[in-house]
Amino acid sequence: MTEPPPILALEDVSMAFGAVRALQDVSLDLRGGEIHALAGENGAGKSTLVKILAGVHRPDEGRVLLDGRPQDFRGPGDAQHAGVAVIYQEPTLFPDLSIEENIFMGRQPRVRFGRIDRRALRTAAAGLFERLGVTLDPERPARGLSIADQQIVEIAKALSRDARVLVMDEPTAALSGNEVARLFTVARTLRDQGCALLFISHRLEEIFELCRRVTTLRDGRLIATEELEGLTPDDLVQRMVGRELDTLYPKQETAVGEPVLEVARLTREGVFTDVSFAVRAGEIVALAGLVGAGRSEVARAVFGVDRYDAGTVTVGGTRLPGGSPTAAMAAGIALVPEDRRQQGLVMDGSIERNIGLTTLRSLRRGPVVSRKAERDRAADWAIRLRLKYARLSDAVGVLSGGNQQKVVLAKWLSTEPAVLIVDEPTRGIDVGTKAEVHRLLSELAADGLAVLMISSDLPEVLGMADRVLVMHEGRLAAELPRAEATEETVMAAATGRTRQEAA
Amino acid sequence: MATTTVTKDTAPADTKGGRRLVDTVLRARELSILAALIVLVVVTTAVNSSFLSEQGVKDIFLNASILALLAVGQTMVVITRNIDLSVGSVVGLVAFASGKFVLGHDRNVLLVLILGMAIGAVCGLVNGVLVSFFRVPALVVTLGTLYVIQGLDYYWAHGQQINAADVPDSLLELGSGGVGGIPYLPMITVVVMLAVGYYLRSFPSGREFYAIGSNPDAARLAGLPIRRRILTAYACSGILAGLAGVLWLARFGTVVADAAHGWELRVVAAVVVGGVAIVGGLGTVYGAALGALLLTTIGSVLVVLKVNSFWQDAIAGLLLLLAISVDRLLGLRVTRALRRRNVRHGA
Repeated sequence: MTEPPPILALEDVSMAFGAVRALQDVSLDLRGGEIHALAGENGAGKSTLVKILAGVHRPDEGRVLLDGRPQDFRGPGDAQHAGVAVIYQEPTLFPDLSIEENIFMGRQPRVRFGRIDRRALRTAAAGLFERLGVTLDPERPARGLSIADQQIVEIAKALSRDARVLVMDEPTAALSGNEVARLFTVARTLRDQGCALLFISHRLEEIFELCRRVTTLRDGRLIATEELEGLTPDDLVQRMVGRELDTLYPKQETAVGEPVLEVARLTREGVFTDVSFAVRAGEIVALAGLVGAGRSEVARAVFGVDRYDAGTVTVGGTRLPGGSPTAAMAAGIALVPEDRRQQGLVMDGSIERNIGLTTLRSLRRGPVVSRKAERDRAADWAIRLRLKYARLSDAVGVLSGGNQQKVVLAKWLSTEPAVLIVDEPTRGIDVGTKAEVHRLLSELAADGLAVLMISSDLPEVLGMADRVLVMHEGRLAAELPRAEATEETVMAAATGRTRQEAA
Repeated sequence: MATTTVTKDTAPADTKGGRRLVDTVLRARELSILAALIVLVVVTTAVNSSFLSEQGVKDIFLNASILALLAVGQTMVVITRNIDLSVGSVVGLVAFASGKFVLGHDRNVLLVLILGMAIGAVCGLVNGVLVSFFRVPALVVTLGTLYVIQGLDYYWAHGQQINAADVPDSLLELGSGGVGGIPYLPMITVVVMLAVGYYLRSFPSGREFYAIGSNPDAARLAGLPIRRRILTAYACSGILAGLAGVLWLARFGTVVADAAHGWELRVVAAVVVGGVAIVGGLGTVYGAALGALLLTTIGSVLVVLKVNSFWQDAIAGLLLLLAISVDRLLGLRVTRALRRRNVRHGA
């Protein structure tokens, strides 16, 4: 039996963003009539691969093959033209236009003088939904559609273009059980019609239910492409993680004291539910889980940036009012946010100005902020954190990512907090500075600070944390002491398998 | 699957709900403007019966025509999530330029119109190129061109003014004459409004204006010619401002350098009051033109009721705030409904 060439294939594709190698020599083949799974941890390179297939990125090396012939996608338009359709986790629709217009935007059926043929538009849209076996009114506007329905519209769009390759990037992340079932029915229908599908999901059971083969990525490298038959979920987790810890994590043994931050039954409707935990003085607690599990949202609620619907946050025995970062700061909480460029720093501002921002009141001499006091404090912190800079008056934007992160840390540490919440403290930071940030966190904990660290970097979680809290779909799925936390146990909880086994 | 072959006649009633809701909301805006107009007119006529005289009505329509014409052009720009603040200056410049052009000559009216629209088109294209190709925010670009064009106009006019006596009768006839009792000005505006409205609704390229304003990122992913559409929107706004400039000269005869000074904000107010979303993607030229008619009528009413004319601006401002609050409220309600739904799905 000779097989036809795969509809779409990647051949030894490599891609780097600056110094970060997102993909290295990755090959993938998508065959007609098959649903192929792509597995890997956060940051393994899945999104980069999808964007290459979508024509958003062009690979530095390697080839994209369509029906066995090399292709050069110069933009999303080229890929669409070649019959590749991508459905992103958050669909991109025009909320003010009707569903039928969304599907056919740019390619409307026309009558005389180039006018839109509304009747044909309606019939074609209805025909697509019939093919997909769903009931949606093509005339209603896209605004207000659920994510599931928006995805159906995106799939209809792909169908109307006669797409032969459908890439679905975590389509089920925001769907309920029924909606997942409907999506799977649609996916199987397309498969039976001869399309090639690439399916990405963090839910392993979905991969096993839907797909025939799986390709696993780890740290931008291809680990394996294999048949799912005969594989167990544990095998797959093994392939996704399987790394060794190294000396990146200078964890100090500390004396753990009294609970400083206590969170009880914290709930924000639709985001996270019934989250309870405590962080003690001298302890680093990691909050692990997949992207979208609600980790950052919990941190933001604790700090008061977002409101919560139920539950309490207590610092040092005093209950905090919800929704007030000012109160949280006064109580001694500091939050180093996930996105330092947008949320952590004033990029055009100088180093000293940025560090001084949180403590402007204490820098006052009379009614005005003293530039000298500001500079002295900044210089002090720059030495303590081994900041590499030319002048304190330089804009923060010119610093490297790691040094920017140190400025954010300095800014918050100068408030002398009792609780430090760090969200993805080392994302996008080179290895050397990463180790420095880890050393710093470790020292701070040893000095009696309570540290809550959110991280998608599993080795970092395992290397730094005294305890690991794992979130899955808005709930705490597991609490693991340092001794019990392994890549396997954390990943199992993060993908929701522990609870199922228990149930 | 015979049940899902939805044709126009057999569509189940409930699936039409979403569409009808939006239609109702939009039409509600246009209807509420009409209702406000009627209330205004009835109350004012009760106080002063001369308000509804033939001349009174004619005056309102003549005055509203130029504003409505500008509102139609502005709508095209606002729908793409941009704004054109330079229109007032363009009207002033074109009114003065065409005044100079006809000064002492008996120029063909058509030629004057073409010249005016050409000047407007150039101004519009400058705006469009800066906004679409150099990606400068529209507010800043058009604020800049507002002052530059105004400056040019002042420099050129140098304190002079165009007098009605110097304007050829054929042009003045355009401003005050008409056929069968209907003046030319409103006719021109209605024709332009219907043409633009039909284009935006019925042509693929017209729908793309809405798509771009509704979600620029999605428009990029769909491969729409965003820059060309934005350029077109500004060119049209410029051309209509040029046309409005010539009509200004035809209507008033006397033109000083700061003609139409401050009109850009009246135009934006008319557009927003008329239900065009300032963030783009929603609204019709019909609503915008009705908004212009409402603002103009309020002005006339205040004159008839002998209210100090400075109230006119304050009332326009109040209406603007009201319109934006209503939009915001509706938007928030939709968002909240959506979130509640997502929670249900997530549970």
